[in-house]
Amino acid sequence: MSSTLRIGASVSVRYRPRALLVGAAAALLALAVGVLALGSGDYPMSTSDVLRTLTGGGSPAEDFIVNDLRLPRVVTALLVGAALALAGALFQSLVRNPLGSPDILGFTQGAGAGALLVVLAGGSSLALAGGAIAGGVATGAAIYALAWRQGVQGSRLVLVGIGSAAVLTGINGYLLTRAQLMDAARAMLWLTGSLDGRGWRDAVPLLIALAVLGPAVLLGGGRALRMLEMGDDAAGGLGIRVERVRLALLACAVLLASLAAAAAGPVNFVALTAPQLAKRLTRAPGPNLLAAMCTGAALLVTADHLAQHAFAGHQLPVGVVTGVLGGGYLVWLLATERRAGRM
Amino acid sequence: METGGPRLAGAELTLAYEKRTIAEGLTVAVPDRSFTVVVGPNACGKSTLLRALSRTLRPSAGSVLLDGQDIATVPARRVARTLGLLPQSSVAPDGITVAELVARGRYPHQGLLRQWSARDEEVVTDSMAATGVDTLADRLVDELSGGQRQRVWIAMALAQETPLLLLDEPTTYLDIAHQIEVLDLCARLHEEQGRTLVAVLHDLNHAARYATHLIAMRDGKVVASGPPTEIVTADLVEEVFRLPCRVIDDPETGTPLVVPAARRGAVRPEGSRA
Repeated sequence: MSSTLRIGASVSVRYRPRALLVGAAAALLALAVGVLALGSGDYPMSTSDVLRTLTGGGSPAEDFIVNDLRLPRVVTALLVGAALALAGALFQSLVRNPLGSPDILGFTQGAGAGALLVVLAGGSSLALAGGAIAGGVATGAAIYALAWRQGVQGSRLVLVGIGSAAVLTGINGYLLTRAQLMDAARAMLWLTGSLDGRGWRDAVPLLIALAVLGPAVLLGGGRALRMLEMGDDAAGGLGIRVERVRLALLACAVLLASLAAAAAGPVNFVALTAPQLAKRLTRAPGPNLLAAMCTGAALLVTADHLAQHAFAGHQLPVGVVTGVLGGGYLVWLLATERRAGRM
Repeated sequence: METGGPRLAGAELTLAYEKRTIAEGLTVAVPDRSFTVVVGPNACGKSTLLRALSRTLRPSAGSVLLDGQDIATVPARRVARTLGLLPQSSVAPDGITVAELVARGRYPHQGLLRQWSARDEEVVTDSMAATGVDTLADRLVDELSGGQRQRVWIAMALAQETPLLLLDEPTTYLDIAHQIEVLDLCARLHEEQGRTLVAVLHDLNHAARYATHLIAMRDGKVVASGPPTEIVTADLVEEVFRLPCRVIDDPETGTPLVVPAARRGAVRPEGSRA
């Protein structure tokens, strides 16, 4: 149920206490796991030591380990999780389908193709990030153009997206066979999605994008997105410029997904799972963008912590963990949707 | 605001999807404070006309005039405060309650800092009462019957508080009792609240009974328009629907009632009705 916050006669803000609570809880969980991750590793530290070091009170060694080595990775994980979840929530809402997420609709594969081309050309890791962004954005534009027919319908976007994902997966496989062994190994690791050795260089572009696009999407797009869920005609009747709003929100989602891929590789299933998880926890209709973002951040930072420490002496790329968790979730989703007769 | 002409009209409209042209040079006027009903055979362009009037479809030529101004140049939000639309197919989001769905009709009156005024609350309550869904306010829309759901969507359109309301086949998929219920509701909204209603209906007899102004279309052209009692004749029905028939007085309302001619040989002999 909704509550209303009133300030005077002219300002009134509607919110759902439960959704806010879920968002806050997820954000707290994300931060808690983040602090735990900062204290874990070859040089274990207590939570209080980590917090003391974060606020500038640690010894030079502690400062180096926490603030220089571990913090960029944790921050990247939080940002990548939030960006992927926001992109996923936008896609799922825009195509009105819980399966509409960037890794199923081909945007992630497009980012992968862009990155692979850079690897083949022997580019630096900065160029690789650029290639991923270019690949994701180009794929987004191509899918939008292919799905266009006097406006873009969700179902057609899903079909074109799934087709593009298949084509791009094939292309990516071919590109891998063309790579030198060393390059192929580097590309494979990137394609699995990994946060190993991430520095501020990887986190900052994403941070800027989230700082700009996040509020714009949450404040400007959230209400329009809710109207769009009722169908194009109904939304148009309520004064939404349907095509314009959809294009703007799609562009934001593609950009966020591509930047996330550039920072951590195509980490699978977070964009698919986080919004759905948030939806079930908040029990609210609509896209639940804020709760989804916080859930995504919590999900990815947890997955990365598991990937590093669940198997003693054996680190996994985070994409493996999200893949296993997310794949299981997908099977469960298909089963329940089938039982509910929606699929 | 008053410009002499009707508040809503279409002038020399060419309506087309991709390359398929539905209508050319179509001119219509919706009399103010009328309950206008558009009828015609399948694919005659009646729903397309409604889509153009509601600004859902942009005409390839000609213009729709709202208060004398080309509707394409009026800001979308202002259009939405003047003209409401009940589309043929709307999707109720998963897990939404009746009150929440009706509240969405307030969107064009809201802003980022003005998301829920006392006026919003009042109008939503009134709209639910007017459509008889106030007792369902906290129920999930998914759980309602077809007739109830349609009343909820109408309540949402009412909450938009527009003097003009466009309804695209509001009775489709409903059984006969619910069809009459929805049409009675429309008639009441027209009479009691003084709104101008434009509806596309399939059933000519419903149209003739409820409309104050009828627009009969065929092949993208208006064949006749006017009050049903003046224009509904056997000749018109034959011309528009290619249906031989008789037109008699509706014993309930005195409005024209179309009775399709019997198939040859199907007429029972006098007095055989037991």
